[in-house]
Formats: sequence, C-alpha cells, structure tokens
Amino acid sequence: MEYLQNYLLVSAILFSLGLFAVITRRNAVAVLMGVELILNSANINFVAFSRFGGMNFSGHVFALFVIVMAAAEAAVALAIIINLYNNYQSINVDEASQLKR
Amino acid sequence: MNIFIEYSLFIYFLPLGAFFINIFLGKKLPRQGDWISIGAVLLSLALSIAMFIGMLFSYDPGFHVESSFTWLSLGAFQIQLGFLIDNITIVMLLVVALISTMSHIFSIKYMEGDPHYSRFYAYLSLFTFSMNGIVLSNNLMLLYMSWELVGLSSYLLIGFWFEKQSAADAGIKAFLTNRVGDIGFFIGIMLLFTAFGSVLYSDIFYGISQGGLSGTMLTLAGIGLFIGAMGKSSQFPLHIWLPDAMEGPTPVSALMHAATMVAAGVFMMVRLFPIMSPDALVIVAYVGGFTALFASVIAVTQNDIKKVLAYSTVSQLGFMIMSVGTGAYVAAFFHLVTHAAFKANLFYGSGSVIHAMHHSLHKKHDHETDPQDMRNMGGFKNRMPITYKSMLISTLAITGVPLFSGFLSKDAILAGTLSFASHNPQHFLLPIFGFGAALLTAFYMFRLIFMTFHNEPKRPELIEDIHESPSEMTFPLILLSGLSFFIFFTLPYLNPFSDHGWFTGIIQAQTSLVAGSPSAHEIAEGIHHSHLPAMILSIIVAGLGIFLAWSMYLKRSLSPKSMANRFAFIHDLSLNKFYIDEIYSRFIYTPILKTADRISYLDWEVYDKYVVNGFGKITEWFSVLIGKLDYDGLDQGIVDSAGRSANRLGIILRSLQTGKLQNYVLFALFGVILIVVLQTIN
Repeated sequence: MEYLQNYLLVSAILFSLGLFAVITRRNAVAVLMGVELILNSANINFVAFSRFGGMNFSGHVFALFVIVMAAAEAAVALAIIINLYNNYQSINVDEASQLKR
Repeated sequence: MNIFIEYSLFIYFLPLGAFFINIFLGKKLPRQGDWISIGAVLLSLALSIAMFIGMLFSYDPGFHVESSFTWLSLGAFQIQLGFLIDNITIVMLLVVALISTMSHIFSIKYMEGDPHYSRFYAYLSLFTFSMNGIVLSNNLMLLYMSWELVGLSSYLLIGFWFEKQSAADAGIKAFLTNRVGDIGFFIGIMLLFTAFGSVLYSDIFYGISQGGLSGTMLTLAGIGLFIGAMGKSSQFPLHIWLPDAMEGPTPVSALMHAATMVAAGVFMMVRLFPIMSPDALVIVAYVGGFTALFASVIAVTQNDIKKVLAYSTVSQLGFMIMSVGTGAYVAAFFHLVTHAAFKANLFYGSGSVIHAMHHSLHKKHDHETDPQDMRNMGGFKNRMPITYKSMLISTLAITGVPLFSGFLSKDAILAGTLSFASHNPQHFLLPIFGFGAALLTAFYMFRLIFMTFHNEPKRPELIEDIHESPSEMTFPLILLSGLSFFIFFTLPYLNPFSDHGWFTGIIQAQTSLVAGSPSAHEIAEGIHHSHLPAMILSIIVAGLGIFLAWSMYLKRSLSPKSMANRFAFIHDLSLNKFYIDEIYSRFIYTPILKTADRISYLDWEVYDKYVVNGFGKITEWFSVLIGKLDYDGLDQGIVDSAGRSANRLGIILRSLQTGKLQNYVLFALFGVILIVVLQTIN
C-alpha cells in the first residue's frame, strides 16, 4: 500500500483544487486560501519524494521552510487584501482591473 | 649677354612699359602722358640706330646672334622663346622704330584735343611692342603671339573712333579677316611643330635641310604659313579689310596699314623663305602678282585720298609677296624697307591734307563735305608747299622713277620676276602682272597728286582756309621724303641705276633648304641678267603711266569721262572694287547667316520645343508617377501599413489584457500545460 503514487495523487488533487480556487473564486481571501492549498500540495510532494527517494530529511526540512514562508506570505497577502478593500470597498478581485486602462 | 640682345630687350620692353603707364595713369599725367610713349619710342629708336651703326661697322653678311630660354616645359615637350638678331632684324627694327617715332610725333598735333588722347598713345606703344616681337622672334610661337597682339592693336586703333559705326565695323572686319589668315598660319605652325618638336627657326631649318619634312606636307605647311601672311599683308582674297582700315586715324594708317604691320606678312615670308618648297612659292608668286595688279586696277578709280593709298599699299605688298614667290626675297625685303618710308610719308601727307581740309570745312561750318574726297580738293600746291613737295617726292619713289628709292627696289623685284619667267616660260603671267601694276601705280599716284594739288580749286571757297600743317606734322614729312632718295640705300656707292650698296652688301640671299630649289647664286645670276631689260621696261612703263595721268588730269587732252565710257566694263568693276565685298556678302556672309538662322530655328523651335521641353515633360510625368508610387505605394502601403498593422495587432493583443487577475493565472496555466505537452511530444 505504501507507494509514492498514492501520495502524488493526493498532492495532485490538492494542487488542482487549489488552482481551481485561485482561478474561479472572486473573493480575494478565497484566492489566498487556494494559494495555501497549492503550497501544501507541494509540501506533500517534498515529503513524499524525500521519503521514497532516500534523501534523509532534506525534503522534510524544505517543507518546514515552505510552511514558514506561507505564514509570511499570508501576512503580506492579507495586507494587500486590506489595501484592496480600502481602495475599492470590496475584496472582489474582478473589481481591481485598473491596469487595463 | 651679348650687347645686341641687351639692346633689343630694351627696345622690346620699353614700349610695353609705356603702354601700361599710359593705359592706367595716362589721363592723370601732364600732357596726358604722350611724352611717356614718345620717350619710350625715341629710346627704342636710339638703340635701333646704335645697333644699325654697329651692324654697318661690322659689315658681316653672316652676322647672327641668338638667345632663347625655355618658356614651357612639360617633360619632353618643350617650347623655347627667344630673340634672333641678324642684319634683317636690325634693318627691320630701325624701320619700325623710325616710322613709329614719326607717327608718335605726327599725332601730337593730329590727335590734339581728342578725348582719348592718352589711350591713343597707349595703343601706339602696344603696337610698337607687338611689332618688335614679330621682328625679334627666333621662333614661331613668339612670332604667332606677337602676330595676334599686332592684330589686337590694329583692331583697337582702327576702331579708335568707335563712336562712328563705320569705324567700329572696320575694326571688327579687320580682326575677323585676320583670323581667317591666322587659322592657316596656325595650321602651318602645327605642321612644322609636330614634324620637328620645336618651334625654333634654327631647329626647323636644320630639320628641313636634313629632309625631315618634304613633298606635299612641306608645301602644305608653307601654304599654311603663307595664308597667315595673306591675312596680315592683305593679299587677295583677304585684302578686304585694309581699305576699310582707313577709318582709323591717319598716323595709324601710316604706321600700321602702310609701313609696318601689313609688312609683317612679307617679313615673315622673308624670314621663312628657306623652308618654302618650290610648289608653295609658285602659289605665293601668283597670289602676290594677282593682288598687285588687281589692287592697282581698283586704285585707279577711287576718289577717297586714303582709299587710293590703301589700294596702293595692297598692290605694293602684292609686289613684295610676288618677289618672295619668285625667289628674289631680298628684293622683297628691300622694297619693304623703301616702301615703308615713302608710303608712310604719303599717308602723313594725306593726313596733312585731310587735317587742313577738316579745319577749313570746320570754319565754314560745313559738316556735309567729305574731307577725304579728292573731288573737293585741287590747287593746294601753293597753300601747302611742304606737304606738296614731300608727297611728290614719295610719289616719284613709288612710281619707280630713277634717283628715288622705289626705283631700285621695284626694279629688283621686276628683274626677279622677269628672270623667273624666262627660266619657267609657263609662268609668263607674272611679269605681266608686275609691269601692269607698275604702269597703273604710276597712273593712279599721279592722278592723286594732280587732283589734290594741281589745277584750279574745285571748291574755291575752301582754299583760303587751307594752310600748311604745323611743324610737328611737317617734320615727319620732310624726314621721310628725304629717305625716299636712292642715296640712303646705295651708300657708299652713288650709282642711281644700281641697287649695289650697303643694303645688298649686308643682306644676302640664302639658298633655300628645300631640295630641288634653285640656289641663291642661280637666282642672283638670273636677276643680274634681267636687270637691264627690267630697268628699261619699268622706266618706260612708269613714264607711260605718268604721261597718261598728265594728259587726263593736268592737260585735259584726254577726258577721264570718255575713257571711263570706253572702258565702261573695267571702270565699273574697278569703281566697285570688283564687287568683292558684295560677292562675299552674297556667297559667304548671307548663306552663313541664313544657315545660322535655319539652325537657330531648328534649335529654338524644334530642338528646344520638342526635345528639351519633351525631356522636361517626360521628367514631369515620371516624377508624378514616382510620386504616386512613393506616396501611395511606399508611404501608404509599406510605411503606414507597418504602423497600421502594429496598431491593429495592438488592438487584438489588448483584448488579451483583461485586467482580471484570474485570467492571467489561467493564461499562465495554459502556458504551463502547453510547455508540458510540447515536452512530452518531444
């Protein structure tokens, strides 16, 4: 039962769900959550490859770095969302299309 | 440097300096600068006399000094200029300086009050300079340059009174007629130059004596040079300019158109005689002989005193040219020298008469009467005794009466002609030309004297105001009429019937360098044998001419009118100068003008209108077409369309930029998918 494919499959499903959320959600917070899902799918991959690739714990360490970076990213992203709200009185990402003009 | 060369440099350049001073500063100088020109020419005369005396003391027929420098050097191509001084040069220098001095002195009174007085003296100086160039040159190049300068000063002086249309025209006519001759001259020079690569006489003479050029080419070169002489010495058919040249002031006529400039052609023939081929010389002889008779026939009926003298000059020049042609070229040069003195004197005399007539008419406020027309004169003998006597002496000289200089030189020429004809009987026409011309010369010259000075006055009201001219004008008359006596040419011998003297002692004929020519000795022998018959014949002929003139114009036993009627045909031809000007006008000028007219029509109306303008039209069309191509094709099609297509592309691409964040993510996803798919395919 312990096959790499199983982990990769779970990771792929998680990545697709994250991507789907990033693309389809209008809510900026939901988009941010999608991004978190993608990051976590990557973490699963790191750990899985680390385990099945015989690379000691470098994959695990990298996953820890990713989690720390994701926390920082969440803080920056939430600051962006707050500024978005300040400017548009909405957190709908479609509203923020000023670059088009 | 040789003392003769040094002197001749001064003689050459003094008048040039005088010319420059007078032409630029003349008007500001005291007496309008005439003393500068006169001083220069007097110094020239003094130096010429010094050279002449030097020559007489050395008494060397072979005297010869030459000096030249390289004027133009282009590799192997070199042109040298320089002076050649031998006895002919020295005698000619003296003639030029003497007659020129006389003209300068004569003009003081004759040109008095003329608005362009200083310019007149400047031109006289320019002429003296140019003429000395011809005389001194030792090469064809300097000869040609001086030849043209002489032509220029002749043009300037003939047209001196250019306010008068006829004078301006005469100047142009003289210049253009001379150009015709100069073309032949130039061809002759070029033929010799290409053959020998040098313009020096000495090189050319040496080359020809070695047979470097012979046969037809040499004859052609000789004829070319002779055509130049024909132009300058006014030989038929280029004689037309000389009678018209009488429009110039009389001192000019005396200096240039009687004594020196017109003699340049003869002088050149004398200089170049040794390279003339026998065939060329026959042509020379016939042209000269024909001109001598032809011009004297015209002179018989002319009524303008200067025109008679002009035709007489043409005729006498014909004599000289004929003499060169028959080989007696020393006789030609002798006649040139004697003729210079007496013909210049005749012109000064006529100037004196015209001057007197002019003043008398001026007093009567008569501006209609022609002061040069002999039909208005008559009876001047006692009013102008010096003019009369000096003109009479010169007339006797030109007629060829013993005791006078003309007798000796004319006799030598006729003897040469007679001898030539006796050696070559097919040329029997030449002596006929010669003696015929001598007869007519005697006739028309005495006609001139009788009509002007004898008989009762034709216009009695004028005679009281006819006075002898002032001493500035009579001085040249006295001096030159003195030189018309034989004694000045035969010293130290005193035989009036033989030309034996210093002249023949110093100037001796040279044998022609062309193979097949008779030697100088043979020619001299022939002349010696024909001497007596020629002398007797010429005295008879001169006496006959004088007798005819006497009986027609003094004794009136023969009426000129009935003679004119009897020889109506000849009289008419002579009076109208054989219609030469009319013939030229009809057969040369008019056709040329007509052709020019046609060609100008072609040029303006056809060439300009259709070809030139056509090219313009074509260019215009072409440029419109190119413009269209440029604007519509290039600008609109390529340049603008590049912009437009960029614009359109921008519009299309712009629609991709939705500004929606998630679209961009989607595109990025598609991009990733594309890359992955492509990689898996590979």
